[in-house]
Amino acid sequence: MAANLRQLLVEPIVDKNPITLQILGICSALAVTTQLAPAIIMSIALTVVLIGSNVVISLIRHHMPGSIRIIIQMTIIASLVIVVDQILKAYAFELSKQLSVFVGLIITNCIVLGRAEAFATQNPPWPSLLDAVGHGAGYSAILVSVAAVRELFGAGTLLGHEILPLVKNGGWYEPNGLMLLAPGAFFIIGLMIWGIRTWRPKQKEAADFTIRDGHPEHG
Amino acid sequence: MSEVQRARSDAGRVSLSGLFGLPNDDPRKTVAIAVLLCLVCSLIVSAAAVGLRPQQQRNEAQALKREILKVAGLFDEGMDVDAAFAGLDARLVDLASGEYVDGVDVASYDVRKASTDPDASVTLDGDTDVARIRSRAKRMPVYLLRGHGELERIILPVHGYGLWSTMYGLLALAPDGRTVVDVSFYDQRETAGLGGEVANPHWLSGWSGKQVADDSGEPRFRVAKGSVDPAAPNAGYQVDGLSGATLTSNGVTNLVRFWVGPNGYGPYLERIRTGREN
Repeated sequence: MAANLRQLLVEPIVDKNPITLQILGICSALAVTTQLAPAIIMSIALTVVLIGSNVVISLIRHHMPGSIRIIIQMTIIASLVIVVDQILKAYAFELSKQLSVFVGLIITNCIVLGRAEAFATQNPPWPSLLDAVGHGAGYSAILVSVAAVRELFGAGTLLGHEILPLVKNGGWYEPNGLMLLAPGAFFIIGLMIWGIRTWRPKQKEAADFTIRDGHPEHG
Repeated sequence: MSEVQRARSDAGRVSLSGLFGLPNDDPRKTVAIAVLLCLVCSLIVSAAAVGLRPQQQRNEAQALKREILKVAGLFDEGMDVDAAFAGLDARLVDLASGEYVDGVDVASYDVRKASTDPDASVTLDGDTDVARIRSRAKRMPVYLLRGHGELERIILPVHGYGLWSTMYGLLALAPDGRTVVDVSFYDQRETAGLGGEVANPHWLSGWSGKQVADDSGEPRFRVAKGSVDPAAPNAGYQVDGLSGATLTSNGVTNLVRFWVGPNGYGPYLERIRTGREN
């Protein structure tokens, strides 16, 4: 049992990562990762919402009428997101401005509803909590690493501190503008998925169809 | 509880604990759970919104001060915003007469509230509502930057409707009351990447040195379509257009014309120009 619980916590970080394996939450992973600081805040916000929603939904799972199950989950998630958004506006004002609508969009983040529906409705609070922490950590790991790469190579800084001195400031590094655009995040996430699937070949999906060898005589 | 009462209760309505004992697909339980959940969630959400409001308002006030200091040319990262802000001369202007109003604390004057308060605002319609804001406060704050007693910059808070949203900005004018020194749009929700470029510092830097009105005080400012031809006769009144954002550009043109015009700060700027106010 203890090993099972450990799995809940550890598996989503690489083996069942919500972004790189389940390909969920891509929208925010593209949008808020141009700089490290907002990515960290976004990770914390999502993890907090995920933990809250998983635990609450797990606690009331025996009293959830099936017909309004999804809307109950959405109401709980939406309330948590509003609370988190309000707290950010009060105590991390500048960052909350940078994150703009994306904190609100946690409501529509498939990871949160996905875990609520797939896990919390069928499991007791403690495993649900671990599942939420695990998935939050998996999401955060990808977000933070993508943001670190983008900020470092796109702006030469990390958390606003200069690491690679830019040419325009008298240094030697010519920043890569692509990193600051959304396609830059696509490339990085794509490379990460490639890397992880090479490292863990089990994650490779079977091809939906195979391409047959060509028959030159048919043109 | 007597036997009779209990029996009646069981037959008619279900007690709260009994409700949770019902099967999950019982319609009574579905309704009860929905109502209960909504109550709890709305309580939590409103508690958070109300409880955190003062802190959020402080943040917004602080952010506005920073923006004002930026267009005043005083802002440095990590500076003491309040101390620097105290160096500016904040005054309240009665827009109709263009005279300063004394005896009112500018710091506690809430422009957005005054703009919709029937007693403290003027309703605008048709021809006068150029900036599409429906009503404007009778009194507006201005922030004056002085160096050695001489007026250096006049900072006017302005706002107007773009494509989707009311755009809030600050216009810093030279002491002649018509030459732009700096400008910013600090609160807008135009389309990101198109109209949202009104907040782009590079675009805003093209405003400096442009004139918003002619010698007689008539508003002439315009956001051009495409780039401004420097040889054109009106080039001194025009800034480059925002590509793909005609309606936002028009909104900016209109809001500047409104606020420097006769229904905005016009009378005040006139007094500044003629040296009756400083």
